[in-house]
Amino acid sequence: MAEETEQKPAKPAPAAPAAPPAKTKEEVLADPIVAAVASAMPAAFVNAKDAIGEISLYVARESIVDVCRAFKADSFTYLVDLCGSDYSTFPGHAGERFCVNYLLYSFEKNVRIRLKVFVADDVSVPSVTSVWKTANWHERETFDMFGIRFEGHPNLERILMWEGFNGHPLRKDFPIRGIDTGARIYPEVFPPGGGPAAGSTGKSHEDVNIWKGPAVPYGRSPKGQVPETKQVEAPQGSSDEGKADA
Amino acid sequence: MTQTMLNLHEMEISFGPQHPSTHGVLRVMVKIDGERIVDAKPIIGYLHRGTEKLFENMNYPQCVPHTDRLDYVASATSNEGFVGAVEKLLGITDQIPRRAKIIRVMLAELQRLSSHLLWLATHAIDLGAMTPFFYTFRERELILDLFEDYCGARLTLNCMRIGGQADDVNAQWLQKLADFLGIFDAALDEYESLLTTNRIWRKRTVGIGVITPEDAIDWGLTGPPLRGSGIEWDIRRAFPYEVYSDLKFEIPVGRNGDTYDRYLCRMEEMRQSKKILEQCVTMIADTKEGDLKAKVSRVIRPAEGEAYFSVECPKGELGYYIIADGKNPNAYRCHVRPPSFVNLSALPDLVKGHLVADMVAVIGTIDIVLGEVDR
Amino acid sequence: MSATLPVVASMFGSIPEPIVNYVIWPTTKFVIAFAVIMGIVAFTTLVERRVLGFMQARLGPNRVGPQGILQFVADPIKLLLKEDIVPAGAQKAAYFIAPMLPIIPAFLAFCLIPFGPPPTFAIADVNVGLLLVLALTSTGVYGIILGGWASNNKFSLLGGLRSAAQMVSYEVPFGLSIVGVLMLTGSLSLVEIVRYQEQSVWNVLPQLIGCFIFLVAMTAEVNRAPFDLPEAESELVAGFHTEYSGMKFAFFFLAEYASMLVNACLIVLLFFGGWTAAIAGHGLTTAAMQSMGWLGMILGFLIFGAKVAFFMILYIWFRGTFPRYRFDQLMDLGWKWMIPLALANIVVTGLVILIAQSGGAS
Repeated sequence: MAEETEQKPAKPAPAAPAAPPAKTKEEVLADPIVAAVASAMPAAFVNAKDAIGEISLYVARESIVDVCRAFKADSFTYLVDLCGSDYSTFPGHAGERFCVNYLLYSFEKNVRIRLKVFVADDVSVPSVTSVWKTANWHERETFDMFGIRFEGHPNLERILMWEGFNGHPLRKDFPIRGIDTGARIYPEVFPPGGGPAAGSTGKSHEDVNIWKGPAVPYGRSPKGQVPETKQVEAPQGSSDEGKADA
Repeated sequence: MTQTMLNLHEMEISFGPQHPSTHGVLRVMVKIDGERIVDAKPIIGYLHRGTEKLFENMNYPQCVPHTDRLDYVASATSNEGFVGAVEKLLGITDQIPRRAKIIRVMLAELQRLSSHLLWLATHAIDLGAMTPFFYTFRERELILDLFEDYCGARLTLNCMRIGGQADDVNAQWLQKLADFLGIFDAALDEYESLLTTNRIWRKRTVGIGVITPEDAIDWGLTGPPLRGSGIEWDIRRAFPYEVYSDLKFEIPVGRNGDTYDRYLCRMEEMRQSKKILEQCVTMIADTKEGDLKAKVSRVIRPAEGEAYFSVECPKGELGYYIIADGKNPNAYRCHVRPPSFVNLSALPDLVKGHLVADMVAVIGTIDIVLGEVDR
Repeated sequence: MSATLPVVASMFGSIPEPIVNYVIWPTTKFVIAFAVIMGIVAFTTLVERRVLGFMQARLGPNRVGPQGILQFVADPIKLLLKEDIVPAGAQKAAYFIAPMLPIIPAFLAFCLIPFGPPPTFAIADVNVGLLLVLALTSTGVYGIILGGWASNNKFSLLGGLRSAAQMVSYEVPFGLSIVGVLMLTGSLSLVEIVRYQEQSVWNVLPQLIGCFIFLVAMTAEVNRAPFDLPEAESELVAGFHTEYSGMKFAFFFLAEYASMLVNACLIVLLFFGGWTAAIAGHGLTTAAMQSMGWLGMILGFLIFGAKVAFFMILYIWFRGTFPRYRFDQLMDLGWKWMIPLALANIVVTGLVILIAQSGGAS
């Protein structure tokens, strides 16, 4: 464990496998896999990336349903996955806070592509439940975990957490130790949803439900432990030669 | 959901979370008219442990044991998916030694057998056939013994490492595996003799929970529910990982997309898994003993980027989507694409209009594990 | 009757003989029979678990006493000591009465069943014995319906409803399948039916279809696999007895096994020659047994017991083999197959008897 906590200044990153130069947006959009849709609605695509064999298209929020329809018509009939992510503490990220990731698969081309839609807090995303039925639960989960609302969803309610839970657990400002959720056994005594919202709680960890005592660090917290200088020195640091396993 | 007045003929029953045939803590609010299901609404989350949140707060190797707890009856494939995703992110997928890959395939296929055996046991007992439960557990015990011999654990294996395998297999283990494979066909025949041609079994499963191929794709189903509808699609064939491209196996598909076809699919899948294992036993002889790990740094810190990697777990496509920020030795975001979760979401459509007893059959046939649904 | 046991009769010397014959002697026999049957029923649960264990590649209970043989004593003791839970909102009176209702007729039916050669083993040889047995066994369903309704549980209610529908549906083929036997034997007395069989052949041969229908219907009557829908654990948790615990649960349990035993006795008496082992008057007939004295009585009882044991094990065998029917399929089977088949059986039997009689007359 001690070796993992980088105490001495990091060495320059060793020569990582020479990655091919990143493709530009135009190059990716011209890829035959996505070219048909991309050329039909060029305005919808904000950005595009192609890394480790996975194409990511950054789609404007309002045109996501149209883009999905177009891709579905163009053999991408299968929605593999839909999930959210919170970029609020992502190093160097300056855009909108949340991202919804759609993973599409084409049986004909046997290839997956990813669509990414960035949204700010409190901005809803058009729902793709009208395109794929499977999006229903995925969107509910994304709403539950991140609080991203989906416009036009038939039944947007919590799915993994219980009704009345305050907060969205996968947001980066949600404490890993949990919060006093306000969930009580006796609702007539304690009104439902009576607890503080995630991130807004003024209570210290000592006051939270069952966990008494000082906070014990567990694993690595997402921010605060990495020296700021390292960002400049080793942007690509994928391995550490001095400590490589035999 | 909006509160609607119950029709006077209708009754709402809470099917679960403590119920013998919901395979864990699934709860289905069922609106029934007599015994016919008018509406069904699955309620999940009773087993939610915030695994994805934990993944964000642990370094990559620490996450592997947590993947065991997702699909706790098929932990080897859960491990495989996660380590595969990290390896893809690190760009070392090609550097994994062949012996390690073969061991992974063997563990994953054994896990598929064990998971399918458990599925058969519970599915049969859901439909009132008690005896297959004990027969399958007899063979499953042998598989768990093999796991125990390999890594010390029987259920939550934690048997794969990022970059390769921690432990090698020896000749004794391979012999034990070969012995097991030798008796397995006869065991499968024994289960089938109790069920496949049984009139009551067929009455209970043929035509129940029919999924058309279009619906299957629309619902995003994977695994046997998709193949039972006649779509020949398997991650092991579509995106071959490990050594699956060198292995000969067939993908069984159904015709009608009903419960019976999915049953037949899974039975045939077990036979195919057995074939794969036999090939692995011969293939591993050509590899160097002890050559198990690729060169991986002690602190795993992938470059900024994102990767989606999926494996064919017994339930379907188990995918891991990892976003790395390039600064921290832990995932910035790790999303699990659980097959049970997606397959379960089709439940309301599948059971509407059927009887309560059929819902039990349908829940059994989509083979869910709540640890994976709720994460 | 008292003539057979002068010693016992002399004990009641001062009591008028009719009272001894019609009150005390039958009561004594019934009390003995009740105790024995209670033991047999409890023992059946152990046998079921051991036999199922044998079929399912496991052991079954084997810790209490040698080979687990005392398990059937341990179970009731455990159940007696269990907490007796009454769910909130249950209909208290009905909830308490319900477990008693099925067990009384089940045990009462044993009064009418001759376990061996008369007179010793027939507690009451009633000339409409068969009808009385049918009447008694079909009242058992009331307890199940009442228990299902009184528990204030939706699963129990569904179990009770299923049970009601199932009993009503299978009571009909159950009764109809016997008609063929009655036409052949011309008697409703169970002793007479056995006497008829020992003089000709076991009814199972001329009444094969009737026997088959009876076998299916009797399995459905007592809610055993593959017709165990009222208590289908994978659908209705435990059906009508979901909310029952302790001795109340044990009562339902005992009633089920007692009914199984009654039905197994019935099929043996009606179709398999009862306590005899004779064809066309040759072999171990009732008369032969009676002439052997006590030895013959016990021999008859053992033969009867062996035949009943076979059918009890058949129940268990069914349970180990078959999946469960669905509710509508069960109804289909009952109404669309069993009843028409039973009716056809009656018609054919009647025709054959008619032809045989007219042939004999001409």
